[in-house]
Amino acid sequence: MLDITPDEWTAIALSLRVALVATVVATPLGIALAWLLARRDFWGKGLIDALVHLPLVLPPVVTGYLLLLTFGRRGAIGAWLAENLGIVFAFKWTGAALACGVMSFPLLVRPIRLSIEAVDRRLEQAASTLGAAPWRVFWTITLPLAWPGVLAGMVLGFAKAIGEFGATITFVSNIPGETQTISAAIYSLIQTPDGDTAALRLVIVSVVIAMAALVMSEWLARRATLRLHGN
Amino acid sequence: MLSFNAAKQLGDFALDVSFESDGRVTGLFGASGTGKTSIINMIAGLQTPDRGRIVLDNDVLDDTTARTHVPAHRRRIGCVFQDARLFPHLDVAQNLDYGRRMNGLPRDADDIRRVETLLDIAPLRARRTGQLSGGERQRIALGRALLARPRLLLLDEPLASLDEARKAEILPYLVRLRDETRVPMVYVSHDADEMRQLATQVVMLKGGRAVAVGGLALLPT
Repeated sequence: MLDITPDEWTAIALSLRVALVATVVATPLGIALAWLLARRDFWGKGLIDALVHLPLVLPPVVTGYLLLLTFGRRGAIGAWLAENLGIVFAFKWTGAALACGVMSFPLLVRPIRLSIEAVDRRLEQAASTLGAAPWRVFWTITLPLAWPGVLAGMVLGFAKAIGEFGATITFVSNIPGETQTISAAIYSLIQTPDGDTAALRLVIVSVVIAMAALVMSEWLARRATLRLHGN
Repeated sequence: MLSFNAAKQLGDFALDVSFESDGRVTGLFGASGTGKTSIINMIAGLQTPDRGRIVLDNDVLDDTTARTHVPAHRRRIGCVFQDARLFPHLDVAQNLDYGRRMNGLPRDADDIRRVETLLDIAPLRARRTGQLSGGERQRIALGRALLARPRLLLLDEPLASLDEARKAEILPYLVRLRDETRVPMVYVSHDADEMRQLATQVVMLKGGRAVAVGGLALLPT
């Protein structure tokens, strides 16, 4: 029962790679955006906030289709990227990473934003009276104090990216070895006669990965509280 | 020499204060809600006046007619707040060293030793900030501000959150600070006894105005 076949390993490895790349690339962007939303007031802030959360409430198939329209071969951005930088998303694992990154972005940004908001602004003020320019205040005070929240956001985003299905399959299809992640593989297996045991194996793998991510994020949150009290 | 002349609307409260310091310890004295902290924040550069001019040793820090505003991190004005505001992710030694690092100053072992002796904080260096008493926290905050080599030190009710015993513990350090360092200070308090022991000059604040500026004789008995 628990003998995982090479094909299944391929799907698991691909899922991990896609989710890891999506998380690593999205994190700096997520931190910047979380900081803007937590610390700055600007025109259009509500709109940005809504845009970040949009993938959470939009049907995934809609997000996937919008990605196809913009980042596909003939999409406005996709065509430009392919022509000028040689980056192709359509039907590639990179496209799966893009879809996962977009879909997990709201879950990534939220804990980071909350942890930045929780950083006492009076500490940032104290740092500036000690000679720290705003960007150094961010690097030496805000980010270190918000770091456990950043890690929690990364873990949550990663877990979401691992499980992403709708947007990915719409955008880059379900190609074994290229874009067939665990979820897509389970979907294919369920539709195959005698695929039940294999599907169940992958289901167990998904549950284990998701549980591990949640436990880790809980542990990180506890550390954050300790740290903010200077112990 | 600090010359302060600024107005700021704070909700329903209009602050409009002007005074000149004598260059030693200027006490801002008044009940709570008289705008003392806003004055400190404006001198530090953490708040901007609606109109007015703040000058320190011939350097214009704020001038609303000339649209000058030197940001806090370029003022070299140290602050010690009522809550010590130590950085919880750094240990005591790192807190003390923070201002030197941010100002790009060379490490000066003599200066560190002098400040640590002045405040008796050398034994606390390896502690985490969560393992300090209220009085110890305030002494570290003082040391941290001094080691950034400020041109002026602002003390915003540094004793207000301490009980009587702790106040008695810290006050002698503040007197030593006044007598042994040459850093001019602005000291905010609503406690006349404290003021008498530390200030060399008093600015009496009432309802957002400086109603009198002069010697310690102004303080109520």
